[in-house]
Amino acid sequence: MGAAETGQGHAHVLHLERDGVLHRLPPEVKIAAMAAYTLVVVVTPREALWAFAGYAALIVAVAALGRIPAGWLAKRALIELPFVVFALALPFLAGGERVDWLGLRLSVEGLYGGWNILAKGTLGVLASLILAATTTSRDLIVGLDRLRCPQILTQIATFMLRYLDVLAAEARRMRVARISRGDDPRFLWQLRGFAAGVGALFLRAFERGERVYLAMVSRGYDGRMPAAWHATGVATAGQWVAAAVVPLAAATIAVAATVLR
Amino acid sequence: MGVELAGGTTPSLDVRGVRYAYPDGHVALDGVDLTVARGERVALLGPNGAGKTTLVLHLNGVLGGGGGVVSVAGLTVDRDRRTLAEIRRRVGIVFQDPDDQLFLPTVGEDVAFGPANLGLRGAELAARVDEALAAVGMTEHRDRAPHHLSFGQRRRVAVATVLAMRPEILVLDEPSSNLDPASRRELAGILRALPVTLLMVTHDLPYALELCERSVILDAGRIVADAPTPHLLTDPPLLARHRLELPYGFTPPLPAPH
Repeated sequence: MGAAETGQGHAHVLHLERDGVLHRLPPEVKIAAMAAYTLVVVVTPREALWAFAGYAALIVAVAALGRIPAGWLAKRALIELPFVVFALALPFLAGGERVDWLGLRLSVEGLYGGWNILAKGTLGVLASLILAATTTSRDLIVGLDRLRCPQILTQIATFMLRYLDVLAAEARRMRVARISRGDDPRFLWQLRGFAAGVGALFLRAFERGERVYLAMVSRGYDGRMPAAWHATGVATAGQWVAAAVVPLAAATIAVAATVLR
Repeated sequence: MGVELAGGTTPSLDVRGVRYAYPDGHVALDGVDLTVARGERVALLGPNGAGKTTLVLHLNGVLGGGGGVVSVAGLTVDRDRRTLAEIRRRVGIVFQDPDDQLFLPTVGEDVAFGPANLGLRGAELAARVDEALAAVGMTEHRDRAPHHLSFGQRRRVAVATVLAMRPEILVLDEPSSNLDPASRRELAGILRALPVTLLMVTHDLPYALELCERSVILDAGRIVADAPTPHLLTDPPLLARHRLELPYGFTPPLPAPH
C-alpha cells in the first residue's frame, strides 16, 4: 500500500506524466528543496542582478534534468501575468529620483521595485511549477505529511483533491440545467442565475461535507487519519543530499552576491 | 414473526423501543422494535420520511439519546468511546451516495481506511483490502481514483469499504438507487454471496423480494408490518396504506402456503 505505487490517482493540468529522475524523487525532498530555493531567492538583495541570472540558470538546469519542455513551463507561468502588469507599471507610478530612458521619465525606485517583483516572482513560480510537474497531487500531500505539516492541513488538501471533481461535476450539471431552461447570461447584470447557483452549490458542498463526515465516523474515524499507507517510500539520505544541491547552489550564489556587492 | 431465530444464538441486531426526535421537535422514531437473526437478510421498507435513515444512524450510535436500546451481537450501543468503536466495526453502513463514502484519492486507500482505524497495519491491512475488493469483484481497480469509476463500480467499492471491517451486519441504504439494470443485477449477485447478516433499506420492492426473505415496513417512526417479503408484497391494501407501490406491470409470485 505504498503511496508511491498508489499515487497515480489524479491527473491535473499542472502535472506532467513522465518517468524521470525528478519524478522518482520522494515528494518531501522536492518540497523542501523548492521551499528552500524560493526562500534564498526572496531574501537576495534586489540590486544583486547577476545573482538572479545564476538562479535562472539553476531553474533551467533542473527543468532540463526533469525533461520539462520550456514551452510547457512558459504556458503555465502565465498565471503570473497580473503581477507582471503591476511590476511593469511600477516605474511609472513610483516616486523619488527619476532617470530618462527613450524619452520616458522613470522612477529609479520603481524600476528596482518592478524588477524585484518580476525576478523573484518568476523564479518562485517556475520552481513551484517544476515541483507540480514532477509530483502528483497525491504525492504532494504525502510529502507534506512526512514533513510534519499539521494533519488538519493535509486532510483539507486530501478532501479538496477528492471533492473538487465531485463539486465541479455538480456545478456542471447545475449549469446545464440552468441553460436548458433558457438562461443565457451575456452581460454582468444577467448573472443572477449564476450567482444563485453558486449559493446553491455552497449549500450542497456543506451538506455533502456533513454526509461524508457521517460516513467516515461510521467507519471508526476519530479525528485522526490512520497513517498506515504513508510508511513506505520515505526519502533516503542520498536523495536528501541530491535534492539539497539546488538550494545550496542558490545559497552560495546569494552569499557571494551579498559579499561581493 | 416470519423467521424464527436460530436456536439460542444472540441476534445480530436487536432494537428495543428506540425513540428519537430531531431538535426541531419532529418525531422521527416513535418506539421501534426490530430483531434480525444472524445470517438473515431483511429489507427495511418505508416511504420517504418514514425515519429509515434516522434508524440506520441509530444502529451504529451516530444518533441516539432519545430512549430505547440497540444491541449488536449482544453489545449494547452507548456513549462510551471503546464501545462505539467496536459497534462501528460490527455495523457496516453503506450510504446511499458512494461519493459520500469514498473520500480518499484511490480505491485501495479508501478500503483501507476502516480497518486502519481498527488498528490494522502492513500485510494484515493489505490482506483485508484484497479480500474486500475481491468480494465485490473490484480487485483490478485498487489503484484507481474513485471518480474514474462508473457509478455501479463506486457503489461496489463502497460495499467493500465496510466489508473490509468484517462487520457483523451490513446495512445498505438504498443499494439499488441510480443503478442501471445490469449493475443492479451484479450487485444483487454480490450481496447474495456475502456471508453476513444484511439489513437493506429500500423502496425498491422487487429488489427486496429478490434478496430478502423477510421485510419490515417502517412508517411514521414505527414498525407497522413484519413478515416474509412475498406476504407483504401480495397485500395491496397494506402497501397502499404506507405509500409503497410495486412497479407497473410487476406481479410478485404468490407466497407458498404455510
